Amino acid sequence: MLANYGYKNGSGDYFITIDTDKCDGCGNCVPACPFGVLEVGEDENDPFREEPVAKVSEFHRKKIKYSCAPCKPMKKRKPLPCMNVCSPGAIAHSW
Amino acid sequence: MEKEYWRWPESRWTAPDIDWKSGDIISAGVDVGSVSSQAVVMVDGQLFCYSNIRTGSDSPESAQKAMDKALEETGSTLKDVHYTVGTGYGRVNVPFADRAITEIACHARGANFMYGPSIRTILDMGGQDCKAIHCDNKGKVTNFLMNDKCAAGTGRGMEVFADLLSIPIEEMGSLSFKVEEEPEPVSSTCVVFAKSEAVGLLRKGWPKEKVLAAYSSAMAHRVVELLERIGIEKEFAVTGGIAKNEGVVKRIEAELSIKALEPQHDTQIAGALGGALFAKALVEKQRGLR
Repeated sequence: MLANYGYKNGSGDYFITIDTDKCDGCGNCVPACPFGVLEVGEDENDPFREEPVAKVSEFHRKKIKYSCAPCKPMKKRKPLPCMNVCSPGAIAHSW
Repeated sequence: MEKEYWRWPESRWTAPDIDWKSGDIISAGVDVGSVSSQAVVMVDGQLFCYSNIRTGSDSPESAQKAMDKALEETGSTLKDVHYTVGTGYGRVNVPFADRAITEIACHARGANFMYGPSIRTILDMGGQDCKAIHCDNKGKVTNFLMNDKCAAGTGRGMEVFADLLSIPIEEMGSLSFKVEEEPEPVSSTCVVFAKSEAVGLLRKGWPKEKVLAAYSSAMAHRVVELLERIGIEKEFAVTGGIAKNEGVVKRIEAELSIKALEPQHDTQIAGALGGALFAKALVEKQRGLR
């Protein structure tokens, strides 16, 4: 399942997509994110899944444009830490 | 009291030929949304009864009221229900629910039952949010997107316009086609700004049907953008309260060039129906049947 967390507003699309089929719930992304955007827990949208899965925390869902902004400078952007540590490649950003 | 144009009728329904007493598994789903609450009761996976009411300021009370209304005149009570799933934004506030499941999962499951396993793309236009869901033939979510940050493209936005234009909410769909020519959509996506833009258009002398057409097409355009993000597959349906507004649904169909599937039941019950289906599956799991 592709879980899109975030929103679309007048200024653009801000979504973090987690591919729950690829995510193994390892939790490496949680400490990698300097702002605590990601968390690992029960899959809210698949009641029969037993393994934990990564998701964007409720607290950040409606403001990820701002929560993720420090990792997305206009110039000399480095690879995003959350995507860097995710070995299955389950995390994607839309912007 | 002044007429409340936004107020839509509450309803309930019972299947004519189901004997709940002979049922093995009686499961229920309660969807406490931001604007409306629904309760659905199923007997062995068959739709038995449902209700659709307005959510009050108290979620537990709304859940109870929805359930009571669904079960009234059926002869059964809440005690006869084996398992209840709560869903919707007030899902954690359903006092008698055995489990809470997100409305995304429930909507996909419910739409799979309502429209058949061929359904792939579901657009739920709820009271205060809008969800685009892609699912597989078992009703399992494969891709979803929820917009709950902004009220554009939601039922509450339509209610605001019903009041502004003094048109009863049920007539808004048909009246929005009473225009000679389709106007440009209103440019604001935000309900508050769209309303002030509409006030300006009315002052300019636009008839209210034309303002309504401009708003309906803006709403349609807005949700189509969301749908495009998850990918649109042909078997497509709209659920939620706005699905009853042909002015919006037909404009979405025109933008997508596909026809939405015809609903057989109240489109607002999809979430609660999915909850009842999950409840049945969870009882079977408990009893070791699967």
